[in-house]
Amino acid sequence: MRAPGDGGLSERLLDSDELADRLWERLDPDAADWLREALAEVGARPETIRRLFPTAGRKAGRAKLDPDADPDDLHAWSIDDAARTLLLVELGAAVESELEELYRYGDAAERRGLLRALPYLEIGDTALGIVDDAIRTNDTSLIAAALGPYATAHVDDAGYGQAVLKCVFSGIPIEPLDGVPERVTPDGARMLAAFVHERIAAGRDVPAEVWIVIDRHPPTEELRAIEAELESTVDERREAAIRTLEDRRMVSASGEALNETT
Amino acid sequence: MRIFEPHAHMTSRTTDDYEAMAIAGVKALVEPAFWLGQPRTSAGSFVDYFSSLLGWERFRAGQFGIRHHCTIGLNPKEANDDVLRRDVLELLPRFLAKDGVVAVGEVGFDGMTAAEEEALVIQLAMADEHELPVLVHTPHRDKAAGTRRTLELVEESDLPPERVLIDHNNELTVGEVHASGCWVGFSIYPNTKMDEDRLVRVLSEHGTDRMMINSACDWGVSDPLKVAKSAAAMRAAGFDDNEIDKVVWRNPVEFFGQSGRLILEELGEPDLTATFEGNTLLRGER
Repeated sequence: MRAPGDGGLSERLLDSDELADRLWERLDPDAADWLREALAEVGARPETIRRLFPTAGRKAGRAKLDPDADPDDLHAWSIDDAARTLLLVELGAAVESELEELYRYGDAAERRGLLRALPYLEIGDTALGIVDDAIRTNDTSLIAAALGPYATAHVDDAGYGQAVLKCVFSGIPIEPLDGVPERVTPDGARMLAAFVHERIAAGRDVPAEVWIVIDRHPPTEELRAIEAELESTVDERREAAIRTLEDRRMVSASGEALNETT
Repeated sequence: MRIFEPHAHMTSRTTDDYEAMAIAGVKALVEPAFWLGQPRTSAGSFVDYFSSLLGWERFRAGQFGIRHHCTIGLNPKEANDDVLRRDVLELLPRFLAKDGVVAVGEVGFDGMTAAEEEALVIQLAMADEHELPVLVHTPHRDKAAGTRRTLELVEESDLPPERVLIDHNNELTVGEVHASGCWVGFSIYPNTKMDEDRLVRVLSEHGTDRMMINSACDWGVSDPLKVAKSAAAMRAAGFDDNEIDKVVWRNPVEFFGQSGRLILEELGEPDLTATFEGNTLLRGER
């Protein structure tokens, strides 16, 4: 096991105090009573988390933590995510022995909360297997939750690039991901550009945000192939190429505007 | 028309089925844990199956705007495997604590063996302990005797009859089950068990209190639209919209609502949170 802080990349342990403040503000009195008791129980007897972790949704609530968040936003934390995070933080050193089984026996909501909690826990890289498992699923809420700051710090380059590509493929917005665009390598940008070309050839669109990543490491060959589609004799392909290259100009212009103001 | 499908094995169905069900009015459903056709040989297969009911299948249903719930239990057929019976019963409490688990089930009899009875009795006690209703499967063979023995065991348990749903009834079992105070389920199948016209005759004779209909669609010959088709048959026979809504929505919501774990928010139904005898059906949900 690697001690927290000594592992390369951008590893940092997040402080749960700010998250706790936001959560307490959102809890109604019954939910707050439940959480206070649950935290005390878990602090005194770590194994009680096996019983309390599944009940967080119905006891604390399942609405978004930010009341203004879009209910369909895959990246927005829910109240139960935050409650589960505090329960895991409360475990202290016992978290390492409970984490694996909580994930293995967790339903989708429990797994999502656990994945979101990882950057708040002193666990080094021991939860990398859990993150890899979640990225392998086809549940978009789990994939999104797996790609937080913990993945930024611990997933290797090839894995991170594949995960970002999978997000685009599955309709998960990539701009809000903690490691985008910094964690994506030239090879990750190449894969995304190749995917864009594949979509153009099918006459379909890709989200404009892919250009944030691609233009960080512009891959010459794939970009040439995309531009060549402007000459395609198939209307759908030519029009798809026009649309995505227009997106590229817009993203690039907004990036420059941002740089000028900061 | 809004439909709460109380018994559908969606793991076996395609996305076309989900789409057709959503168009037919299905807004929420319960997928009972059951056998899969191919017998399982280790408890690990059950862990993955239960996890799938609590994760992947919920996600799949959500893609079509359908709220997925499930029941968790050891089915009677596989209860006859001594190793599975021991190992799976030991696993159950961990899964019975989950959100969206709205009953223990399907439990009950298949071949009327001692092992099946042991598993049923243990799981009735688990339902009591976890404050959950129970979904009971009745056997395909020797149905009347199996149903009668089931009712005796419910009577001997600590569970009140209104927490128990006895499923797959027919003309010969409905009277006794209804008189017991348990809820009465009818699985409407293309060829076996029960069809729409027979169902309408039964409802005309016995009324709609504590009655529920389901498609029990699974990996065999079955039809996920049977609840909608039954509702159409009820309408053709003169039942009004209120009676139909009671059977295809309010009754299952009331029965599974006893778990306190139905997740029906955000479905846009105005009276989902209506109170029943002073208790909100979504108790503990917010």
